[in-house]
Order: sequence, then C-alpha cells, then structure tokens
Amino acid sequence: MNAPKRKVWSMVGRDPETMPLEEIDLSHPGIWRANEYLPFLARLRRDDPVHYCPESAVGPYWSVTKYKDIVQVDTSHNIFSSEPTIGIVDITEEHNLPMFIAMDPPKHDVQRRTVQGVVAPQNLKNLEPIIRERVCSILDSLPLNEEFDWVERVSIELTTQMLATLFDFPFDDRRKLTYWSDVATAIPGGGVIDSYEDRAEPLGECLDYFTRLWNERVNSEPRNDLISMLAHGESTRNMPPHEFLGNIILLIVGGNDTTRNSISGGVLALNENPEEYQKLRDNPAVIPNMVSEIIRWQTPLAYMRRTALVDTELGGKQIKAGDKVVMWYASGNRDGDVIDQPDRFWIDRPNARQHLSFGFGIHRCMGNRLAEMQLRILWEEILKRFHTVEVVGEPERTYSSFVKGYVKLPVRLHPL
Amino acid sequence: MAKIHFIEHNGTERVVEAQPGESVMEAAIGNGIPGIDADCGGACACATCHVFVDEKWLDKVGPVQDCEDGMLSVSNDRRPNSRLACQIQVSDELDGLVVTTPEFQF
Ligand code: HEM
Ligand code: FES
Repeated sequence: MNAPKRKVWSMVGRDPETMPLEEIDLSHPGIWRANEYLPFLARLRRDDPVHYCPESAVGPYWSVTKYKDIVQVDTSHNIFSSEPTIGIVDITEEHNLPMFIAMDPPKHDVQRRTVQGVVAPQNLKNLEPIIRERVCSILDSLPLNEEFDWVERVSIELTTQMLATLFDFPFDDRRKLTYWSDVATAIPGGGVIDSYEDRAEPLGECLDYFTRLWNERVNSEPRNDLISMLAHGESTRNMPPHEFLGNIILLIVGGNDTTRNSISGGVLALNENPEEYQKLRDNPAVIPNMVSEIIRWQTPLAYMRRTALVDTELGGKQIKAGDKVVMWYASGNRDGDVIDQPDRFWIDRPNARQHLSFGFGIHRCMGNRLAEMQLRILWEEILKRFHTVEVVGEPERTYSSFVKGYVKLPVRLHPL
Repeated sequence: MAKIHFIEHNGTERVVEAQPGESVMEAAIGNGIPGIDADCGGACACATCHVFVDEKWLDKVGPVQDCEDGMLSVSNDRRPNSRLACQIQVSDELDGLVVTTPEFQF
C-alpha cells in the first residue's frame, strides 16, 4: 500500500473558487456537516461537470454533477452497474450485504417485484389512516412554547413508527430499527462505530430478530407486511440468511434516514423562507407540491455510486471499465439548466416533481410514494395545530457525504 | 392532428387533439389528463407515464423500446399491452388511439 500523499482530506475552510480542481473531493464528510458543500458543487458544474478526483480517502472516483449527465448515467445500467455497492467506499466481500439496490438485472428486477407490493399505492391507501393516527398522537404529545429537539421527538419517532408498521414489528422494540439503520450506514469514526468489524454484533442481533419474525410468519397465512411477503414470496422464500438480512437492512435504511431528514429539512427550509411559510398557512392545498419541493431541496441522499462495466465516454471524459462514478443528486438538483431558480425554496414551484432525489431508471426509489404520503400527512396535521414550528438554534448536521441530514434541530412550537 | 382517447381506470373518457411529433405523454400533460405524472419529463426513466394500449392499436403504436422494457420489467403492474406514454410518438396514423391509465402510477 502506498501511503497517501495528502494527509489532510477535509475541504472545510478551503476556497471553492480558487482551490485546484483536482483537489476537490466531495466524498469527505466534513463539508457536508459544515454545510459548505454547495459552492463546491457549483464550481464543478461550471468548470468541470464530469470531474475526476485522482486521490481521496476512498480512492479515485468520478463526480457527475449536471442534471442531464446524471439522468444519463442513471438510465444506462448496462454501462454503469450498481454492483458491487452503491456507496462510495469499497467494502470487502465479507462486509458487503447483498441487497437489490446493489444488483443489476435480472436479479434486481425479480427481487424488487417481490417486495414492492408493500409500498405500492394500493397498499398505501390502507396504511394512510394508521399513519395519520400515529402522526396525530406524536404531534399531540409535544410540549408547547418550550424548546425541544425536533429530530428526536418527531422525525425519528415518526419514521420509526412507520417502519414498525410496514414490518409489523413489535412496537415497543421499534427503536432497535433506528439503531440498526444507523449502524448499517455509519462511517467508522463518525460516532456510531469505530470500525466495520463493530457492525458484526448489532447486525447479527438484527438478523436473529428478523429470523424469529420470519419463522413466525412463514408458518402462518400470508399477510401484507414486508416480512410475510418475503417469507412467502416465490423469489424470496429461499433466500440465504445473508441476503435476507441485506434486504431487511435495505428497507430499514431506505425508509429511515431519508424520510427522517425530509421531515427535519422541511421545518428548516420554511424557517429560512418565512414568506413561503406564510404561503403555506394561507393555502394548505399546496402541500403535495411543497412535499416534492422539500425532497428536492433537502436531497436526503446526496449521491448514488455506479461502477463502469466498459470503457465509455461521458461529458467528453474517458471513463475506464472499473472506474467509480458518483452521481451527485445534491448537485443535479441545483442545476439551473434544468431547474428554474434552483437555489430558491419555492413551495408552489412549477414541475416540482421533476427532481433527482429519488434517482431515475430501474433503481428509482421504491418507497417514493410512501415517503411523499408521510410528509403530506405530517404537514396537514401540523397546520391544524401549530402556527409556527420555530427553529430556535443552529441545526447540527450529519457527518456523511451520503446521508444528508440532521442530528439535532432545536425548535419551539407556537400553537394556533 | 390526431385524436387520442384517454380512459381513466374508473371509465371516465377524455379526448385530446395531439400534434404529430409530440409524445402521447406530452399530449396528456399538455391537456391536463389525470393519471399520468411523467416525473422524468420523458426520459424513459421513471415509468410514471405508464398506460395500457387498447388491443386494436398495439400494431400501430409499434414495439416496446429497449429502455421501456427495462423500466417496465420492475413493475408488478405490467401487462402485455403496457407502454410508457413518453415513448409513443403521435402521428396521423394514430388518429383515434385509445389508451387506459392505471389507477396509480408507481
Ligand atoms: C424522501 C425519502 C426518500 C428518498 C430521498 C429516497 C431516495 C432513494 C434513491 C435516490 C434511490 C435510488 C437508488 C439507486 O439509484 O441506486 C432509492 C432506492 C430505494 N429506496 Fe428510497 N428514498 C426515500 C424513501 C424511501 C422509503 C420510505 C423506502 C421504504 C420502503 C425506500 C426504499 C427504497 C428501496 C427499496 C430502494 C431500492 C430500489 C431499487 O434498487 O430498485 N425509500 N431511494
Ligand atoms: S415520463 Fe418518465 S418514463 Fe415516461
């Protein structure tokens, strides 16, 4: 192994306009936690839209930053593979959990078709009253006129309850879901785990727990929860344990941080844009459109990674077979060539559904309708109760270039 | 000019005048037809413009494109007459085309 030439990987505090292009490294979590990433994305879109970072803590990789190039990569699954992983870090075989988000067709298609029924719009109609009931009871339990952490009391609680509902998971144990999700996405050194080896124990516990649920459900009538669907599905019922765990984690992670951070992000965006907040109070019918705008503005997953299967060209650059290619949705969503006034948070934005946050192509987010439904219900119920969810302190952001979100968001509620 | 009939899942029928050269998805969006979202704006990348083509018109609209096949094969709702409306080009030949929109776009 060669020792890295540069010891300091972080770009925090560096000048995005003048620093040498080849030193720009979006993968480092520092600029994301410090909320300094936008000018770096803008520089790349302008000066080097398909950008090669020759050296970083995660090795060399390409950054794709323009909306149209991202759509091209996302829809060319024959050229840009989702295997072996969609994260920027190469992980060894033994730490890699097989999941269909990181599989190519035909296996991907078969597995996805088996589980997508649970979040299909038909099923969501049945889920809506339960989710609304849970939203209401969470909101009704919140303190008025005093400071508390919105992330903890609302964003995490609501997404966790929703996941427990989807899995028909024992309700009192629901925080385990959050914990397993955090472990699965954690970067060593970020506070949750110190090394990938640390994941073994909690993930083993997760597998045992879900295996127990599987065994219960495989022996009873098929039902509409995810475990039951996996246990009875033709293409999933003989899944090896490793793969079962992978798919469980995929669904927990997929539905966890993303929705959680959209819930927090919406509150923050409305506080930073009081005139939009007023528009919302004046016209709650804008909520579905606002939900799409919140998801664009937040971009809860900053990127997805692909691996080139063959030598190819993108935006005039020669990409070699085996190269890592990272699609920065967080950048494409701010691309003024496609998105009108991209830096504006604009709740009645025309064409608000046209954003990259759910990805495009065959891996397009399977839970997108569920996420939108949760956010819609949440804001409908917030407006019935509170005049303002006021942000009263600096948000603390996630240490990750992948999960774009919040660790803390101090708020105070002003009732109607 | 070609007339296109959109039938909603509940049976409601709407007829629009489409221009040759535009796609069936564009004709729907341009005329406010419900049941088609077209989140990707016609890039064959979202499958939220899924329609079922009336059997009698299947030959005229031509075969499923490769990109469409990829998107449709992740859908549970795929039928032999499934198409993505953004991949069907309107032409005079298609005057009178009948398509049904699904209850939900996924
Ligand atoms: C605002 C919330 C959400 C955002 C921004 C989001 C984002 C994404 C993105 C960008 C992808 C594409 C992956 C790729 O192209 O490689 C994806 C895939 C996926 N998401 Fe979501 N997601 C959200 C909510 C959910 C929820 C609630 C679920 C729960 C079931 C979920 C489950 C999945 C699954 C299973 C996949 C893999 C699909 C495949 O590979 O075919 N997501 N999501
Ligand atoms: S509009 Fe997205 S696939 Fe047709």
